[in-house]
Amino acid sequence: MKRLIAGLPFIAAVIFGGFFLWGLNPDRDPNEIPSVLISQPAPAFDLDPVPGLETPGLARSDLVGNERPVVVNVFASWCVPCRAEHAVLTRFVEREGMRLFGINYKDKPEDAVKWLNDLGNPYERIGSDLSGRTGIEWGLSGVPETFIVDSDGTVLFRYVGPVVGPDAVERFTQALKQAGALPNGAGS
Amino acid sequence: MRQLIFAFCIGLLPFAANAVEPDEMLTDPVLEQRAREISKDLRCVVCQNQDIDSSNAGVARDLRLLVRERLVVGDSDAEVIEYIRARYGDYVLLKPPLEPATYALWFAPIAFVLIGVFVGGGLLMSRRKQEAFEDLGSEDENTVSEILRQNEAGDAS
Repeated sequence: MKRLIAGLPFIAAVIFGGFFLWGLNPDRDPNEIPSVLISQPAPAFDLDPVPGLETPGLARSDLVGNERPVVVNVFASWCVPCRAEHAVLTRFVEREGMRLFGINYKDKPEDAVKWLNDLGNPYERIGSDLSGRTGIEWGLSGVPETFIVDSDGTVLFRYVGPVVGPDAVERFTQALKQAGALPNGAGS
Repeated sequence: MRQLIFAFCIGLLPFAANAVEPDEMLTDPVLEQRAREISKDLRCVVCQNQDIDSSNAGVARDLRLLVRERLVVGDSDAEVIEYIRARYGDYVLLKPPLEPATYALWFAPIAFVLIGVFVGGGLLMSRRKQEAFEDLGSEDENTVSEILRQNEAGDAS
């Protein structure tokens, strides 16, 4: 009994020390929000196209029944990181054969049209989410966010923030490969 | 002086400002009150240690509107919270729910207090026992009185 009591401060120090080590880990992002969508069916939504754009609108049914998993990217012209991410996503579409759908989040149609005319439009379909309601259905906390959706409508992966920089691109590429969202032989 | 007081009052105005804007509010005061109460228990997902009732973030406003919309449709308070929880997970609840995964969170403080009371109490009790003194054996008694006698003799000389 005495030995046990004598050992208590040590045990307490080890437990607290463990927590501190975990908290000090530079890779840990305290702002990361766990997503409830992973492995869940994608939410139901049906969005009209962006007025003034020839790209058709986006509904949940467009994400289902594709040959491969597809990528849904939530973007806005007012979102500065989206501009940087746009180039990365375009490269994935053009070079790797990734299929990309867009949700234009709380954006003025004319701004979105101008933005896409300036930068190019890698999206097959774009739904205009003016009210932000579809964003809530996806559990969105900000733009940009990127999801990989399986052909049966299951959400496989979620990336919060822009896919920019070597680490993020690497993580995203891994996720794409794991999901089988890239056609075989592409990119190699 | 009066001007100074006036300036002070004006300076206080921003603190009284509310995130909930008039156009969001429901006309039914009972529903509005319920919406306020629910909003206070929901975390804003952008500014993470704030409830959506006091947050000016766009998503917080959207969630406030959603809460009111669900209430108008006729949802109960629990149903509204469940609706948002289904989309954002337990993370949006400022009060973590009591379920097996959170038992450690809820009961660890009580457990630590109990452990502290037991260990501390146990230590105090065992100390007290040591203080109770025992009779020396007759041999020790003789040795002690011998030493005392020698000391006295030494002092006298």
